[in-house]
Amino acid sequence: MTENENTTNDPIIICEDVHKWFDDFHVLKGITTSFKKGERAVICGPSGSGKSTFIRTINRLEEHQRGTIIVDGIELSNDLRNINLIRQEVGMVFQQFNLFPHLSNLKNITLGPMRVRKLSKRQAEEEALALLERMDIADQAYKYPSEVSGGQQQRVAIARALAMEPKIMLFDEPTSALDPEMISEVLDVMRELAHSGMTMLVVTHEMGFAREVADRIMFFDEGVVIEEAAPADFFDNPQHERTKLFISQTLQH
Amino acid sequence: MAGFFYSNMMSGLSDQGHPLSLSFLRNEAGFEITEGIDFDPSDTYLKAFWVGVVNTLRVSILGIICATVLGFIFGVARLSTNWLIRSIAAVYVEIFRNVPLLLQILFWYAITLSLPRIQDSITIADTIILNVRGIYLPTIAGNEGLPVWLWYLLSGVGLAIIVVLCYAGLRLLIDSTEVQQTDRPSFASNTILGAKWFAAPVFLIVAIAGWFLSPGQPLQIVRPELQGFNYVGGINFTPEFLALLVGLTVYTSAYIAEVVRSGIQAVVKGQREAARAVGLTETQVLLLVVIPQAIPIIVPPLTSQYLNLAKNSSLAIAIGFLDLFHVGRRMIAQTGQTIPIFGMIMVSYLIMSLTTSAFMNWYNRRITRFER
Repeated sequence: MTENENTTNDPIIICEDVHKWFDDFHVLKGITTSFKKGERAVICGPSGSGKSTFIRTINRLEEHQRGTIIVDGIELSNDLRNINLIRQEVGMVFQQFNLFPHLSNLKNITLGPMRVRKLSKRQAEEEALALLERMDIADQAYKYPSEVSGGQQQRVAIARALAMEPKIMLFDEPTSALDPEMISEVLDVMRELAHSGMTMLVVTHEMGFAREVADRIMFFDEGVVIEEAAPADFFDNPQHERTKLFISQTLQH
Repeated sequence: MAGFFYSNMMSGLSDQGHPLSLSFLRNEAGFEITEGIDFDPSDTYLKAFWVGVVNTLRVSILGIICATVLGFIFGVARLSTNWLIRSIAAVYVEIFRNVPLLLQILFWYAITLSLPRIQDSITIADTIILNVRGIYLPTIAGNEGLPVWLWYLLSGVGLAIIVVLCYAGLRLLIDSTEVQQTDRPSFASNTILGAKWFAAPVFLIVAIAGWFLSPGQPLQIVRPELQGFNYVGGINFTPEFLALLVGLTVYTSAYIAEVVRSGIQAVVKGQREAARAVGLTETQVLLLVVIPQAIPIIVPPLTSQYLNLAKNSSLAIAIGFLDLFHVGRRMIAQTGQTIPIFGMIMVSYLIMSLTTSAFMNWYNRRITRFER
């Protein structure tokens, strides 16, 4: 595990007893945790364990029904202004990229900065081109999402989230929809981002990435966190039976 | 087979004294048309037919525009998070989609016929007049100063073009070649867009100055005024026209609302989520992300609704509106030329429909350059 010199002791996300139901189905059964500024947390677990739902409650794409979530001092409630404030501070990257197909890659990135941060077109485009440069795909700026590869689309999506200058980045299985040979180009970008000091919550099955980058690994099962530890402890000395089984299954291949 | 039917038809027609020919179109029509283009009973059948065509086009085009606006409003409203708005939209759609169109047109006609007499006209702001003869709206007419003003407008356009060219030249000089290369996709289009803040005011100043420098007022609003027993001036829509327009608009807008709703719902959920995650407000999500992607889904079924509206306008005959079909029927009654006139009517509808769908297909191709 690499020492993360970026973390501070101030929590930027605080979750207290967060519950969520989809009709009768109890997805999140009381999640209590907090994330420090600059922390890199990897969230894993079997499908249906509530891990995606959990990170989606943090920018209110899912509404939690009980408990409190405080992001950078703002409590998530039904107050639309609070939700919009938090969404400006929290970037999100999706499994299916969700780029806007009717806009060029560049316009995908400038939409938020121009409409929400109220930047001029020129300034937004300059920033977007700089981000694409950082993602190593500046030459794809004027193409449409459908004209570039999956790995490139996901990097455009990361640039789109970063263009809002967020304090926190959420990644919801960012490499699960990619062809194997494109996974590393996306992970490289995420690694670079982690080293820049961004607070990151990553739902992923990439255990190599988790071991290398994470400060903490949280293991979800049936809506509760059953184990959380630093990567070294998590992989080499798992405590829970369920975790042991998961690790042996994922590390087999 | 076809040859037999054709020769049989030809001999039958000449036996009846109506050989197949279009020469009757040059004869005097002898009936009055009080709707649309000025028409005198001494005008020819050909002109009568043309008046009918124009009346059909008038009600169809206006109906298509109004139905689209209403349909979009109610379609979006059906997906509102507000219970009241959603329910009102649902009730509107279900009522007007499920009552026969003919009944609706007769209903609106009964309402327009119960409007007050001319002496008791309803007037709105002294410009819009509503009475049993329909609705009177103001029009804009040109005065003798108009040609002079048009020259000012033309020179304004010329000046604006010069400004754009100067701006483009300056940018070529000032900007480094690097900027010109990254400023893709098109340096030219970007330059014109960049120059709009200089060119538009130049044009406006010339246009406004020209307005005051032209002799008299170049354009004037003509309000309908009561002269004797009738209103003169402005533009008049008859009760028949109004009833047909409202009937077609309301009926078709209910269908368009459903088309719009299903188009919006067909946009995948992830698109809304991504737009929200960037921090856009709900209105921005709808206008900037969802609707642009819904339009290509909406356009093909929307085209069908446009064609339906144009063809349904032939129900005009039920309330005596003199559209293409109604005028055609009158011509048949007077001349007995059933086959050529029906042929002309069918060809007219066909041309209208094919033009509409050709335009809509072109529009759809233009907006679906991106793949989904």
